[in-house]
Amino acid sequence: MSVELTGAEITIRCLQEEGVECIFGYPGGAVLFLYDELFKQDKVRHILVRHEQAALHAADGYARSSNKVGVALVTSGPGVTNAVTGIATAYLDSIPLVIISGQVPTNAIGLDAFQEVDTVGITRPCVKHNFLVSDISELATTIKKAFYIASTGRPGPVLVDIPKDVTQQKAPFVYPEKLTMRSYNPVVKGNAKQIKKAVDLIVSAKRPIIYTGGGVILSDAAKLLTELTRLLNYPCTNTLMGLGGYPATDKQFIGMLGMHGTYEANMAMQYCDVLIAVGARFDDRVIGNPKHFSNESRKIVHIDIDPSSISKRVKVDVPIVGNVPDVLKELIKLLKNSKEEPDKTALQEWWHQIDTWRARDCLKYDRDSSIIKPQMVVEKLYEVTKGDAFITSDVGQHQMWAAQFYKFDKPRRWINSGGLGTMGFGMPAAMGAQLANPKAKVACVTGEASIQMCIQELSTCKQYKLPLKIVNLNNRYMGMVRQWQEFFHGNRYSESYMDALPDFIRLAESYGHVGIKIERPEEVEDALKEAFKLKDQLVFLDFITDQTENVFPMVPGGKGLSEMILV
Amino acid sequence: MENEAGALSRVAGLFSARGYNIESLSVAPTEDPTLSRMTLVTKGSDDVIEQVTKQLNKLIEVVKVIDLTDGNHIERELMLVKIKAVGSDRDEIKRLVDIFRGSIIDVTEKSYTVELTGTSAKLDAFLDNIDNSIVLETVRTGASGIGRGDWVLKV
Repeated sequence: MSVELTGAEITIRCLQEEGVECIFGYPGGAVLFLYDELFKQDKVRHILVRHEQAALHAADGYARSSNKVGVALVTSGPGVTNAVTGIATAYLDSIPLVIISGQVPTNAIGLDAFQEVDTVGITRPCVKHNFLVSDISELATTIKKAFYIASTGRPGPVLVDIPKDVTQQKAPFVYPEKLTMRSYNPVVKGNAKQIKKAVDLIVSAKRPIIYTGGGVILSDAAKLLTELTRLLNYPCTNTLMGLGGYPATDKQFIGMLGMHGTYEANMAMQYCDVLIAVGARFDDRVIGNPKHFSNESRKIVHIDIDPSSISKRVKVDVPIVGNVPDVLKELIKLLKNSKEEPDKTALQEWWHQIDTWRARDCLKYDRDSSIIKPQMVVEKLYEVTKGDAFITSDVGQHQMWAAQFYKFDKPRRWINSGGLGTMGFGMPAAMGAQLANPKAKVACVTGEASIQMCIQELSTCKQYKLPLKIVNLNNRYMGMVRQWQEFFHGNRYSESYMDALPDFIRLAESYGHVGIKIERPEEVEDALKEAFKLKDQLVFLDFITDQTENVFPMVPGGKGLSEMILV
Repeated sequence: MENEAGALSRVAGLFSARGYNIESLSVAPTEDPTLSRMTLVTKGSDDVIEQVTKQLNKLIEVVKVIDLTDGNHIERELMLVKIKAVGSDRDEIKRLVDIFRGSIIDVTEKSYTVELTGTSAKLDAFLDNIDNSIVLETVRTGASGIGRGDWVLKV
């Protein structure tokens, strides 16, 4: 007979069994027994954030930077509603998280009890799955299921709602070693016939392109993707979520594609004859108007673990449902043994065309400006960190500049909210990345609007001595909103000016950090170097940048990929 | 799908969140009490139905999804309808119920309650044949469907 443990003990034991080292949370009434158990042990480290949204983003950054499941612990009611933004952020980007939420006692559920919300109901549309544990005998299995579901197939957040009385009751503890779920069996191997078809199509290409997304990062397939791309000598483009999937400094890399993608990537995407899509989902920010996209005819191979991502916005010719690394391995094997070879002359012509597009130099900006150009800050950040930092970002212009100008050679180094576009994501995500990679350089590229959405986390960073470098591109505007208002709303900058900004330097200092204000281009590099020299300190770098700088190229909403606004 | 609390709301939530349309939905436990079977009627282009099927399959509690219209199938719906029945209408309604092979299951001096089973189209046809002004109340279950012949949906 196994020992009887309380629900709280069982929950913490389950986390230990799953090898969880670090969780992010905020205590409250419904989770007091859980926090009591956390107090009594030292295997699972708890990071106390200052707002539950940040707990989720931090767990998310932890997961993205480490390929472990991120774990957050929040209380009932407002604890959960505060967490929803973070849960939805992880859901849209398919990040494996387990969220443990407290709930009012089972006998109070449905009675509008203090701090009661229908957590399972509120979170249902933004989780991969969720559970309400109403019987302690199901607690351990449920947590096991949560980790299993979160981390397999197309990953995603899974929430386990535990009523307070369940954390108090006792039951024998056995952590199940294996799980079988008749209703959940993610596909792994791709269909052999489909892979064969894909090979035939791939070698027949005259104007090929490899287009890859977050799926390559999430499934740790970057090496295989690189092998495939080099084997074929085809051009490769990454989505915003896929950056780092293929080395950005490689000559076969043609940049990010999409709304703010490079001219060469978007043109190649539009005019290719064979498109190999890997772990990407043809979303609206990537291919623009699907009707315009289908004006040109091309054959599409689409590899993805989620069948519902295939032929959702764009019809494909050879769908392959499977785990990306498994499919790529098979594909590479077949390609190596294939008697047919790509048409070298055609490929050479295609590369020539791409180089012509490249020569357009679509990311150029005024390098002699006497005002700090935001692009230049990111370029210097890249140089100073030798391209080896973990870079998180918030949402807006700075996010796009970080994506365009920091060359990610490795996966999991670029951490941003691509799907939901959550302002406030950057700093807490950087906290998670720093905790998962204690020795690494971690910088958060942000703006003066985004950073204020989770600014309270400067306190968390102080408590846990997280030496983040906050690169604040301060243009006194919600830059991306301002840009759209300039382009599409007759220069009427409605509510996009950031008035009454705090003195970020003194703000950082008041939390016990270092703040540096940088106002001239020639100071940028030194300031960054100085910041990274302060290895044990969070440094808030407030760069006063050009107010009117815009992100180019730009595919306006509803337009086609080749209809870019260029600088 | 798993016979678990909340499974139905996941299906309903999926349809509303993604803008799909539910024409009708009927659900009850099966001979295996851990499983429920749902028949859901929806309309859409082939592409939309493909997406609906894929999205339903993604729900963790959904064990299997089949499109009954892919093959031969039988579908039936139950309707209870209360009809004002006075004077010469009483005979007329009785005749109509017989023609549609329904039965009158409750009678008062002023009304009949009719039970009718069939395809949704048959139930519609019955209603079309009654003057709308004497239909007092209708309740329909939505269609339940099953494949024809020896073919069995197994999980």
